Amino acid sequence: MHWVNVAVMLVMITSGWGIYDDDVIVRGFHFSPFWRLGDWAAWSLNWHFAGMWFLVINGLFYLGYGFATGRFREKLLPIRPAEIVRTVVDTLHLKIAHEDITVYNAVQKLLYIIVILAGIAQVVTGIAIWKPVQFSGLVSLLGGFQTARVLHFAGMTVIVGFLIIHVTLALFVPKTLWAMLTGGPKLKPRTRVEGGHAT
Amino acid sequence: MRSPFRPDSLPDPAILDNHRPLINSLERRGLLRGGLSLGALVMLTGCDVKRPEAVKSALLAISRLNDDVQALLFNPNKLAPTYPASMILRPPKFNAYYDVMNVKPVDGATWRLEVSGLVADKRPWTVQDLQALPQSSMVIRHICVEGWSYIGGWSGPTLRSFLEHVGADLRARYVAFRTADDYPSSIDMATALHPQTLLATAYGGDTLTDPFGYPVRLRMSTKLGYKNPKWITAIEVTNTYPGGFWEAKGFPWFAGL
Repeated sequence: MHWVNVAVMLVMITSGWGIYDDDVIVRGFHFSPFWRLGDWAAWSLNWHFAGMWFLVINGLFYLGYGFATGRFREKLLPIRPAEIVRTVVDTLHLKIAHEDITVYNAVQKLLYIIVILAGIAQVVTGIAIWKPVQFSGLVSLLGGFQTARVLHFAGMTVIVGFLIIHVTLALFVPKTLWAMLTGGPKLKPRTRVEGGHAT
Repeated sequence: MRSPFRPDSLPDPAILDNHRPLINSLERRGLLRGGLSLGALVMLTGCDVKRPEAVKSALLAISRLNDDVQALLFNPNKLAPTYPASMILRPPKFNAYYDVMNVKPVDGATWRLEVSGLVADKRPWTVQDLQALPQSSMVIRHICVEGWSYIGGWSGPTLRSFLEHVGADLRARYVAFRTADDYPSSIDMATALHPQTLLATAYGGDTLTDPFGYPVRLRMSTKLGYKNPKWITAIEVTNTYPGGFWEAKGFPWFAGL
């Protein structure tokens, strides 16, 4: 699911930049053609509206899996503020503790939660600007069509910001890349208490 | 909640030992790898990604599928939000595939609207004929596919009243338009019958000016800007897909809001 998401996210982001360039939100800020998917806006749009299905279907599987198996709760919670501060300080000293790649640190947890929420928000704001009449209630909830459009753009910048940190740090700890390609280290059968009974 | 894929109890180790070689060869990742290469092979043979035309035809196929999804999402009774007349932008924003300097005005006195296709009465229409139909007004947001939008106030007969007047087959699939600026366009019948689909002859209470489609243009609250042709000269009711100017260049046909 991760690598489908990588492909789909790249399609959605770069085709989105192609659509954006027709009528910029930040004055004077354009994406150069090199970064844009699609010869021009019509094809960027077609890429975007093709990619959306894969994004949503893959995303639903990912969320369904994460919630149903308890993976989200196990991996992403709890987050303690003190831990966040400590991890940030360590990272700034280039002390990246990632010996056990099956356990996320507090900053990782926070970033993963942010990017998952940003992904969901992109779908919601995307629906609002795709169908502003059919979902006019959603549009007014988001503060109007142009606001929804700016939120859709802002969601993109959050995801791109995450990607920059995510990819940089993954390159710092190359063994995570191998784990991501192979499915991660084999966990020893653990004695664990779950749902009230030991397995 | 525990993983549905995790067994409740571990099997007897002796059984595992007896079948160790078999278990070692059974690898989930092997199946995934195999699946991936099979998928890649199918994609490579079915659709050569190195040829841009193949990618484009695949994208167009999905776009046509999206047209159907959009038609399903379209609620014929759902009205677009309307705004107070004080918010109307004057003059409206001009946009076409050419510059405003190249607009060729249409003479309203000699202008005739041709009617063809699945209609009972094919007599051409004059400006006065259109004015004789019941008039509607709406102040709606115009949304361009590029992303910009503005509030505009439009009046004229509904396309529905026009179609009913000429005895059009309202079960036909498409209503197609031809224009003085060579900008063919077409819409689905459901949208044509929507109460906020007007044959607009006025903007903000005044007769349309030349750059904005005088004497008559289409204005729909439920479609993107490029679906609204100006300077209409002919309307046809048909079951044959008529396409349109931007649609021929790759833009989606339904373009519903």
